[in-house]
Amino acid sequence: MTNPITLEIPERLQKHPLPAWVHALLTNPVSIIGLLIVIVFALVALAAPVLAPPADPTNPYQIPRDGFMAEPQPPSAAHPFGTTQGQYDLYYGVIWGTRTAFLVGLLVTGLTVLIGGTVGALSAYFGGWVDEFLQRIVEIVLAFPFLLAALTMATILAPKIHNGLLSGIIALVAFSWTTYARLIRGDVLAVKERDYVLAARAVGDPGWRILLRHILPNSIYSLLVVASLDIGTYVLVFAALSFLGLGAEQGYADWGQLLSFARNWIPDLARFWYIVVFPGAALLLFVLGWNLIGDAFRDALDPKMRGQRAG
Amino acid sequence: MTRFIIRRLLILPLILLGLSILIFGLLQLLDPAERAALYVSSPPKNPRALQDIIEKYGLDQPIYAQYGDWLGRVLHGDLGWSKTAQMPVVQALLEYFPATLELALWSFIPIIVIGVWLGIQAAVHHDQWIDHLARIFSIVGYSFPTFVFALLMLMIFYAALQWFPPGRLSDWATAIVYSDAFHRFTGMNTVDSLLNGRLDIFLDALRHLLLPALTLAYINWALILRVTRSSMLDVIRQDYITVARAKGLSEKQVMNRHARPNAMIPVATLGGLLLVSLLNGVVITETVFNYHGMGWWAANAALNFDAISILGITLIDGGLLVLANLVVDVAYAFLDPRIRLA
Repeated sequence: MTNPITLEIPERLQKHPLPAWVHALLTNPVSIIGLLIVIVFALVALAAPVLAPPADPTNPYQIPRDGFMAEPQPPSAAHPFGTTQGQYDLYYGVIWGTRTAFLVGLLVTGLTVLIGGTVGALSAYFGGWVDEFLQRIVEIVLAFPFLLAALTMATILAPKIHNGLLSGIIALVAFSWTTYARLIRGDVLAVKERDYVLAARAVGDPGWRILLRHILPNSIYSLLVVASLDIGTYVLVFAALSFLGLGAEQGYADWGQLLSFARNWIPDLARFWYIVVFPGAALLLFVLGWNLIGDAFRDALDPKMRGQRAG
Repeated sequence: MTRFIIRRLLILPLILLGLSILIFGLLQLLDPAERAALYVSSPPKNPRALQDIIEKYGLDQPIYAQYGDWLGRVLHGDLGWSKTAQMPVVQALLEYFPATLELALWSFIPIIVIGVWLGIQAAVHHDQWIDHLARIFSIVGYSFPTFVFALLMLMIFYAALQWFPPGRLSDWATAIVYSDAFHRFTGMNTVDSLLNGRLDIFLDALRHLLLPALTLAYINWALILRVTRSSMLDVIRQDYITVARAKGLSEKQVMNRHARPNAMIPVATLGGLLLVSLLNGVVITETVFNYHGMGWWAANAALNFDAISILGITLIDGGLLVLANLVVDVAYAFLDPRIRLA
């Protein structure tokens, strides 16, 4: 079946074939749509100061309030998306919320991969009781109901470190690193016995160097696949935390936080549709974009991996 | 096989122990004054009163002493008093667990039935419009934030149309259910109302269950659909399917007798993952719909620092997860002879 949406790879590049993951990304219509969505959001995030000039440049994430009335106001010339409870401007919140979403998604994914990957690699490389001990810890952390545990940790941390955003991020990382630990451990175990590793050992390469230069680069692919699928999930879960009242503080430009106001207006939601639709659509599209990319990665790079995340 | 099961069952208490220690430790990050807030309904009038409370409940004792205390009481069947639920934790568990179970069951069955059917259809009609539609439906479902979907449902079906209200039961039904005329057998309103012969309460309970169940189902269809589809696609390409066709079996026979049973094996693993997803999703769903179950209780407990409740809930949920994983592993080995004989 011919693909109507394909980017033509210039001839000069065809002589130097692109890495598999780039090729996967550019020839799949699903991933192209995902890429476009993410790029649009990235542009919005970059252009935020222009699209929605902050009232206070030193604190741009604080959503401006037009008065203190509780009742949300419908879209108007002054407020293109309307205002939510407390007269927070929805347009401003959605635009600057894009930056928050990127920040949270990339930070949480980066940290979980780093921590999980390190633990997994060490666990697999040293084996023996180190492996047993670390795997027990992984099992216990995995036995936690994820959302409840993240909720509890975020609740406790927020008043301690006086930063709701960071508490949410730490809570998410604390209960998500285990996925990558298991993943990397599996990969390292598989690669550990390969010839080039044994050769490096025979030549006298120190352990950490073998790990870094031989083992890890070959484990990268499955990592990329899972990580790209997870960015969307982490943004979703963080939004859920904010929605419940943790994560971002009230008035902070975060989509989940904006949506949390809707809880107070449920019987009248038909009238106040804009307090749900605008931030909700932003959140949905953002996560969709990343999931489309991740899906395309998975289909192309590792057809043996089936849908494993329960979302 | 039996040894495997026994070993896993023996590890269960150890994991629960580890879980409880972790959560207990986490909650110790709050200082005694904050934890004292659990035991009183209003702030104490003077510092002396606060100190009294701290001493009375042993909140400034070393961690291991407090933990030992709590563990001792647990082993005697006393899980403490839940401030969020305003009743003993054990009683709250008996009240809220059936609620969540009811919601999970009413969601689970449509999820599996429709999800599997759609997945098979998508695989059998690979690359045709049904397949594309199913995949789009699947990925949008997977990306949809649970609480946004829930709010949209409420916006359309409650605020605008007034068809399906939030909560578990209407006020008139609640009055009847908690009266002496009504015998509570399982704690699940749909089951109990039928057992009591009250069709009106059954319908009322269903009316309240529909939106939350739909929310949970929609988010999870994506997962089942995707796994069934890829598993089915895998199986269809196998040699034994070609042989079956060459033998002259009709396409229907090939699908029903050979392809589908084998494709179902990974779906068993899905059961475990689905449980995890339901346990997590239920927190948001129950909160938005004000459905008083484990998820609702958990969210409120976490937000109110209700340490005792959180400990109790974590134990139950954690235990459930471990058990579910065990059941899934056993089922997997049971369904796939290749694993059993390995």
